[in-house]
Amino acid sequence: MAGLEDLYREIILDHYRSPRNRGELPSPPAHRVEGFNPLCGDEIVVSLQVEGDVLTDIKIGGSGCSISQSSASLMSAAVKGKPVEEVRELIGTFKAMMSIHEATLPRDSDGDEVDPSLDATPVDVDALGELAALQGVVKFPVRIKCATLSWNTLAQGLDEVGAG
Amino acid sequence: MSSPPAATTLDVATVRKEFALLTGERDGHPVTYLDSAASSQRPARVLDAMRSYEETTHANVHRGVYRVAEEATRRFEAARVAAGRFVGAPVPDREVVFTKNATEGINLVAHTWGKRNLGRGDAVVLTEMEHHANVVPWLMLAEERGLELRWIPVDDDGLLVLDDLDRLVDGAKLVGVTAMSNVLGTLNPLAEISAVAHAAGAVVVADGAQSVPHVPTDVTALGCDFLAFSAHKMLGPTGIGVLWGREELLADLPPFLGGGEMILDVRKDGFTPNDIPWRFEAGTPPIVEAIGLHAAVDYLDELGMAAVRAHEIDLTAYALGVLSDRFGDELTIHGPADAVRRGGVISFTHRDIHPHDLSQVLDQYGVCIRAGHHCAKPLMRRLGVTATARASFGPYNDHADVDRLADALAEAARFFA
Ligand SMILES: Cc1ncc(COP(=O)(O)O)c(C=O)c1O
Repeated sequence: MAGLEDLYREIILDHYRSPRNRGELPSPPAHRVEGFNPLCGDEIVVSLQVEGDVLTDIKIGGSGCSISQSSASLMSAAVKGKPVEEVRELIGTFKAMMSIHEATLPRDSDGDEVDPSLDATPVDVDALGELAALQGVVKFPVRIKCATLSWNTLAQGLDEVGAG
Repeated sequence: MSSPPAATTLDVATVRKEFALLTGERDGHPVTYLDSAASSQRPARVLDAMRSYEETTHANVHRGVYRVAEEATRRFEAARVAAGRFVGAPVPDREVVFTKNATEGINLVAHTWGKRNLGRGDAVVLTEMEHHANVVPWLMLAEERGLELRWIPVDDDGLLVLDDLDRLVDGAKLVGVTAMSNVLGTLNPLAEISAVAHAAGAVVVADGAQSVPHVPTDVTALGCDFLAFSAHKMLGPTGIGVLWGREELLADLPPFLGGGEMILDVRKDGFTPNDIPWRFEAGTPPIVEAIGLHAAVDYLDELGMAAVRAHEIDLTAYALGVLSDRFGDELTIHGPADAVRRGGVISFTHRDIHPHDLSQVLDQYGVCIRAGHHCAKPLMRRLGVTATARASFGPYNDHADVDRLADALAEAARFFA
């Protein structure tokens, strides 16, 4: 059985207790987007400011469990001030880590799953830095949606402002 | 066959022995199952009845002339009558419609009674504490037909505010109300609401999903016109529910789904619908599930619903006491403070710990509770929360389960401190 310490790593609890980039940006000019987790009722509000090709500012509002809140806080710290293209890459890498299939089954260039024993290229967890602390969530499948809520909401926001 | 006299108190230790999951262990902890409001466990005798039917009697119903099929049909129809008697249906063989679950029962009313009787501008009255099952079908119909929805408010003690009921139901065609809240546990005064609704000429659709498993039920005393409930919350199997409806109302309604079973005759240019209740049961029904439901209501009758209810009041009062003694202001307990005004459902929120996290830590100690919005988002908004944790009881729970809940909550508080 996966233990609580796999889920609630120190960094996660820290971001839960003292969330970074908390609040909302004046909209406009910032773009405001809401996300819901229909399972548990968690709600998240992401305010994002894109200038040129850069996500210059981001704030997180709403309420939810420690996993959704810390994931949002970690995300905000990781993406703030980054080029939109890099942000999108990070969203992809994070979601791959959160997806049991994508994380364990590498894909060939056509996107088909290849035999995992062949030349597996697992998610580059190192590239995720502190975000790797959320890796343990995968062992608690019902919580994956909590961890990905803010990321999906940010991705939707970027689509809506037509960035990158 | 006469059933044994109902006991007046519940022998929980004996009851518990019938439930395999509750007598086992998981990762070194006893399973403390406190989520019966979502789905109850099933006793061995329900599982045995279903298996024995499958092994000795199964055939499709209302079709064959051979004896096995006749026996299957007889047992299926006997289950209908038993389910009807369990809620005091005056004409159980005609008033009980088998559905998939309570949700489908309410949708059936919306699609048949609703489509026949509700048009632009007609008012439907709901309560703020309804489960989505008694909200969304009406929202869907409102969207399609342009209905007006009105809401009976909930006060800070988790009770319906009925002072204004006369005005709210004035001119309304339908009132949808839950007999017991799946979040607050509140038992609503159905008889009073039905009387006011009927005086205004409205029909009453009662959601019995939570009340029927826990409180002695008599549809005549409740005064409602329809009552929907699910077998899986009352020690029976998933896949079957009941819609009870007053005979005169059902007899007038058009069919629900179309297909076999629900017709008397089909021609190239039309069809003649079957008599009630089969008119509403298109296709092969959930037969073995009906057998399971029959065994479940027989068992509840044997335990005695009065005893089940008394046991639950005791357990709820005990839990309310233990939780407030041990956690004080750390926990907010939603719903009526008096155990007599509520069924065995306790929703709470912790000052510092999100319900999801609470439930996760509790799981490590084998304690199964629900966390979330409980399919009652309008009520969550009224309570000013996005989610609650919820412990709910069945006839197999005892004080030790409550103690284990409290111990695990203390561990969670320590973990997140
Ligand atoms: C009050 C209430 N109504 C309706 C339902 C829906 O029951 P089912 O999912 O079995 O249709 C539930 C179950 O969660 C409930 O608690």
